[in-house]
Amino acid sequence: MKYLTRLATGLVMAGLLGGAAAAKTLVYCSEGSPEGFDPAPYTAGTTLDASAKAVYNRLVEFEKGTTKVIPGLAESWDVSADGKEYTFHLRKGVKFHTTDFFTPTRDFNADDVVFSFNRQGKADDPWHTYIEGITYEYYTGMEMDKVITDVVKVDDNTVKFVLSRPEAPFLADLAMSFASIDSKEYADKLAAEGRQADFNNQPIGTGPFQFVAYEKDAVIRYKANPDYWGGAPKVDDLVFAITPDAAVRVQKLKAGECQVMPFPSPADIEGLKADPNLTVMDQAGLNVAYLAYNTVVAPFDNVKVRKALNMAINKQAIIDAVFQGTGQVAKNPIPPTMWSYNDAVKDDPYDPEAAKKLLEEAGVKDLSMKVWAMPVQRPYMPNAQRTAELIQADFAKIGVKVEIVSYEWGEYLKKSTELKRDGAVILGWTGDNGDPDNFMGVLLGCAGAGEGGSNRAHWCYKPFDDLIQKAKVTSDMAERTKLYEEAQVVFKEQAPWATIAHSTVFMPMSKKVSGYVMDPLGLHDFSGVDVAE
Amino acid sequence: MIRFVLGKLAYLLPTFLGITIVAFGFVRVLPGDPVLLMAGERGLSPERHAELSHALGFDRPLWQQYLDFLVRLLHGDFGVSLVTKRPVLHEFFTLFPATIELSLCAILLATAIGLPLGIFAAIRRGSWFDQVSMSTALVGYSMPIFWWGLLLIIFFSGFLGWTPVSGRISLMYFFPKVTGFMLIDSLLSGQKGAFASALSHLILPAIVLATIPMAVIARQARSAMLEVLGEDYVRTARAKGLSAWRVVGLHALRNALIPVITTIGLQVGTLMGGAILTETIFSWPGIGKAMVDSISRRDYPSVQGGLLIIAAAVMLVNLIVDLLYGLINPRIRHR
Repeated sequence: MKYLTRLATGLVMAGLLGGAAAAKTLVYCSEGSPEGFDPAPYTAGTTLDASAKAVYNRLVEFEKGTTKVIPGLAESWDVSADGKEYTFHLRKGVKFHTTDFFTPTRDFNADDVVFSFNRQGKADDPWHTYIEGITYEYYTGMEMDKVITDVVKVDDNTVKFVLSRPEAPFLADLAMSFASIDSKEYADKLAAEGRQADFNNQPIGTGPFQFVAYEKDAVIRYKANPDYWGGAPKVDDLVFAITPDAAVRVQKLKAGECQVMPFPSPADIEGLKADPNLTVMDQAGLNVAYLAYNTVVAPFDNVKVRKALNMAINKQAIIDAVFQGTGQVAKNPIPPTMWSYNDAVKDDPYDPEAAKKLLEEAGVKDLSMKVWAMPVQRPYMPNAQRTAELIQADFAKIGVKVEIVSYEWGEYLKKSTELKRDGAVILGWTGDNGDPDNFMGVLLGCAGAGEGGSNRAHWCYKPFDDLIQKAKVTSDMAERTKLYEEAQVVFKEQAPWATIAHSTVFMPMSKKVSGYVMDPLGLHDFSGVDVAE
Repeated sequence: MIRFVLGKLAYLLPTFLGITIVAFGFVRVLPGDPVLLMAGERGLSPERHAELSHALGFDRPLWQQYLDFLVRLLHGDFGVSLVTKRPVLHEFFTLFPATIELSLCAILLATAIGLPLGIFAAIRRGSWFDQVSMSTALVGYSMPIFWWGLLLIIFFSGFLGWTPVSGRISLMYFFPKVTGFMLIDSLLSGQKGAFASALSHLILPAIVLATIPMAVIARQARSAMLEVLGEDYVRTARAKGLSAWRVVGLHALRNALIPVITTIGLQVGTLMGGAILTETIFSWPGIGKAMVDSISRRDYPSVQGGLLIIAAAVMLVNLIVDLLYGLINPRIRHR
């Protein structure tokens, strides 16, 4: 009893103290620890939320809630007629964070831009390997190593990017987290002190929040950047309370220990919606889940067979059973929120009888095949095993026998790219930059069709590839849109995949929170968020 | 006694060497490739895969990698995490105090409740107390930790609002780490209410983690006590007319404690297993949770380093237990 009294006294005092400080704090129950705070070497959303979104800016940014590219640290830009030179005019008077570990002596300028890109792209840059084993997966993944030939400082406020080829998604690429702008002055200071590794531990950027402290698996603390060029944030402190278990995040949110949480389990959503103190925002995720046939192996090299199988899958049943309503049936390889989405495309109807006939027409009898089910949960696919079982039952109705196989996740990713792969593979994709090329080019282009590539259908179809290649080097938006719309028609006719679903992303938060805008790219940005006392 | 201690220590070296082999081999026996996991759905061309594997040194023969690991180890270098790119040792040392704090509280709680429970049950063998406490212990022993933790959170934090849901201390307290032990650091910080907050955060996870060891200790204490109570010397002591308190407390307990201490020592291993789940539920920033993450990412250096640190800790505890035997039971140290 004595202890309880003491505990209660402590808690009351704690409450009083908290009230006295009166600093506005937003607590976000994040789902995991960041891998580091340098946005360049990492690709995980958890990491980029904590680094790129909170601390950094880019030359161009995605407009909040959209994938439209708007000015960031560059106020404007010119593109040369041949599409191979991008000249950025930088914003003046932008300040890097002043913290207890760094005080900048100058404003942001062209040197910072050159530094930020050269350290990723130039193998001889001293900062290229500033920590052991560092690689720049997004920089190479987005082919920047092939696209960018030079980053040139024209003057203090102008930077020119020289490209090896016209690249229409280039601006969207530059709005991605890996293209965050670092302080060269800070890097120089660390190098002089021999503390290069701290570049990844104590970040300095120009973003809305400045880094205060991080304790692995426990908490990240930020405070508002009072000099933020985009307007000072409305809260004084931002805290990421790292809470890996989804059910515990829900409890913390309900108990008021945090105000916003990501990634609730589908099963918890109804309960969260029913809570009078909470709101649950939702948005169609920029993703797709698919079943990719191996189009270079018979009989799946035959369009009719692929079409027949597509018609045999009851996709709505998968949405209901596996996604529990938190998703929508996919008909195109890109999600409906993405520009150039072709809504005129008709999905293959669910029609087992017609499917059977089509198989007969193709001369295929007693087909037995494998369906690969991922061993892990992904944002686009809550349960691949269950999906595979439903597909197995659907295919059985048209006389196709299915054996479900699975491998450890790393093995799965590797084996699924093998040219001689036996079976159709369930997989998916989450968009990186909102550009259709990031789906159609990466997942269905000829370039990714080889072993180790990202085109799991091994589908290299010239009419389709010509369209997306042309779209990639065309800068006119209307023209690009038309090309991608056409490409989606070809895709549907040729059916290298059964498109399964686009999942919905939910964001439960306290009703006290205002101004939160969901990011279609799945990251979390708290720059304009306010929290009522 | 010194010879006894040295003898015990001599065993540690080969054991530790064996553990380095197991730690090194374990994570590499698992299917999966850390390089591929880094790339995700995007896939890697065979050239890029070779390039990255080379950069990380995974293309060299295993024995060479192992020797390299040993040599670095001798220099106190546990390698760099593939995921966070930070030194493994540094990473685990920031997490270790959290696990020790939680485990220590849990084992103290388990002993403080389990031991008297078992002894009392033995004295009152067959009574309702014996039956109730031993069946409760059996339930505790079979409790699925994850479910149990969540249940406690929902009831005590969600429904009653008595305890915080998760974490080590309320987020409003922010002070530099001195020892890494939150209870101590919160006192050192001088901030009002910090200690109470840290303590209140410790209650549920300590109960959850203590549940299984408590059950084991209670049952072990009961059976050890029963055995001892049946010994001749106890009968003699009773026949001499000593009070029940002296018979049990002085003569029986000391001998009954020997197997119980063994059990408590062995529970450290169980604690490590339980810590993985407990830490995940309660967002407790300890070594167990970090190990699970490292294994699932195939972060070779972190898994190796973590296993070594955990193994070293368990070995240390076992050494202490061995030495305690020597103190309690002189026969052992003269053998």
